[in-house]
Amino acid sequence: MNGNGNGQGPVVEVRDLVKRYRKARTNAVDGVSFAVRRGEVFGLLGPNGAGKTTTVGVLTTRVRRSGGTASVSGVDVGADPVRARSLVAVVPQRNNLDRSLSIRQNLLFHAAYHGVPAAERVRRADALLEEFGLAERAGDKPDMFSGGQAQRVMVARALMHAPEVLFLDEPTTGLDPAARLFVWDRVRDLKARGVTIVLTTHDMDEASELADRVGIMDRGKLLALDTPAALTRGLPGRTTLEVAVALDGTPAEDLLGELGALEGVERVEPVAAAGAPGGWPPMGGPPMGGPPAGAPPDGPPGGGAPRELRARLYLGGDAALLVAPVAAVVARHRAQLTDVTIGAPSLEDVFIALTGRALR
Amino acid sequence: MTTTTSPTRPATSRPRPVTAGEARAFLAVLWRDLYVTVRELPVFLAQVVLQPLFLLFVFGKVLTDLGFAQGGYTRVLFPGILALTAVVTGLQSTAFPLVIDFSFTKEIEDRLLAPLPVGMVAVEKVVFASLRALLAALVMLPVGVWILGSIPWQASSAPLFVTVLLLGCLVGSCLGLIMGTAVPPNRINVMFALILTPLLFTGASQYPWASLGHLRWFQVVTAFNPLTYVSEGMRAAMVPDVPHIRPWVSVLVLAVTIVVSMAIGIRLFLRRAVD
Repeated sequence: MNGNGNGQGPVVEVRDLVKRYRKARTNAVDGVSFAVRRGEVFGLLGPNGAGKTTTVGVLTTRVRRSGGTASVSGVDVGADPVRARSLVAVVPQRNNLDRSLSIRQNLLFHAAYHGVPAAERVRRADALLEEFGLAERAGDKPDMFSGGQAQRVMVARALMHAPEVLFLDEPTTGLDPAARLFVWDRVRDLKARGVTIVLTTHDMDEASELADRVGIMDRGKLLALDTPAALTRGLPGRTTLEVAVALDGTPAEDLLGELGALEGVERVEPVAAAGAPGGWPPMGGPPMGGPPAGAPPDGPPGGGAPRELRARLYLGGDAALLVAPVAAVVARHRAQLTDVTIGAPSLEDVFIALTGRALR
Repeated sequence: MTTTTSPTRPATSRPRPVTAGEARAFLAVLWRDLYVTVRELPVFLAQVVLQPLFLLFVFGKVLTDLGFAQGGYTRVLFPGILALTAVVTGLQSTAFPLVIDFSFTKEIEDRLLAPLPVGMVAVEKVVFASLRALLAALVMLPVGVWILGSIPWQASSAPLFVTVLLLGCLVGSCLGLIMGTAVPPNRINVMFALILTPLLFTGASQYPWASLGHLRWFQVVTAFNPLTYVSEGMRAAMVPDVPHIRPWVSVLVLAVTIVVSMAIGIRLFLRRAVD
């Protein structure tokens, strides 16, 4: 069950991978290269049809590549698919559990296919059923399971032969939020156990939440590959700083003008208190601490002038470095800074920057 | 145009020795199918025995009792029905599950990801379907005794009987492998009607082939149906006094058909299993 499993070198290696399906006009995967380290959670993020599933298909021997190389633990998946299959496990998008068997038997037969000795199969199946909260339903047929439960069974089944790499193809698509969180927790557990995971998703939250590194794919090409933080950090003008200021008779225009002139600020625009128009909503929930818009009329008297200003600054660099200069400008205008929110760009923004299109 | 050339042909198409792990995986996959069949044995038997049972009852019992067929007809009919049971059960045991697996449930994926060559999964399907066909045909022996009172039997022809029976099971399973992998899901109903019905009635199971001499065109048509050679081989073994195609011809035709259809079936199976 071991390839070059010595902790050295990548577990999954894909180089210049090309796949063109029969009768297709374009390549489904078009020159993709990446490597996955042992114990890493690697995400392939992209819209439907980006080539993620095809890439996983090649690595799991279900799709024959048209060019390039792909290996798992040093085993070329095209040249020795039988050996490669003992090293990988797949949790597919669709429920493909054996409906003629109970879920416990699904696990046991899977292990039997992979040559796990009988006593060991039973031990592993019972342990996994327990761990995945399925022990009480071990004798039930898969037909009686919801999408989320079937997903759980499929992950348990995949682990039965102790694979080197676990491939999760869109693991949470179509699941309800609770089931989604359960899958996320399982992925974190598996990572903690040292299982190498490759997951595909079109959900940017999922990618940034789970993956150590993310490869962004579109139209068969790998557009970017890095940690989620590095990917978003690399975006110019994508960090935002949202400020709320209690005006004390100060004209808002003057303040906005001066904020916009600060070094590192690319653009500034006033924001309606709730539901920001366009742009990138700040990450980490709505701004807190400041008086809400349309605040009760016990605020500072300000005649007919607006009492509060909310503005979003689009930055070229690190938002944290601009907090102090912004505070200084506000103070000079004798206004009061009531709230500051740093808006980090998301992977969605990265995708838009790379392709000019939204992810979905 | 040039990018579709593939540097990696599937390892499965290359002959090479089977490893111990692959043999183990093969047996585990076969065991899964047998396990499911044994657990649903009554359903399985009802499913496969009902059709030949009614054919035997109506043609062999009802028509002869009513005087529309001569008493000797059952001797001609029974070997044919046995052949039909073997071939059709084999065919259905590969074709139906494969169409459903590949097109709808995808249940077979777990076995396609087992550590054995994909072609061996196809072989397993044929072996398994043949075992089902064999069981169904053997069950027809007591059923025949029950309905007809007695069945023709020649102890001296037992080797030929066993040979033809096994070849019949295999040929049906191999044809089913082709059907199950070649038929697109939206055509299942049409294809089964267009293939199964003619197969049932052009296979010389209800009439001896030699007697078709005066219906020449139909005799030619039946010569293209592998079932004809199973029926005729069965008659050669069970009722040698009835004129029949020479046993060696039947055995040879069946053997060649099995090899060719197995090769085509595996090729089609690989196309469905690996994109």
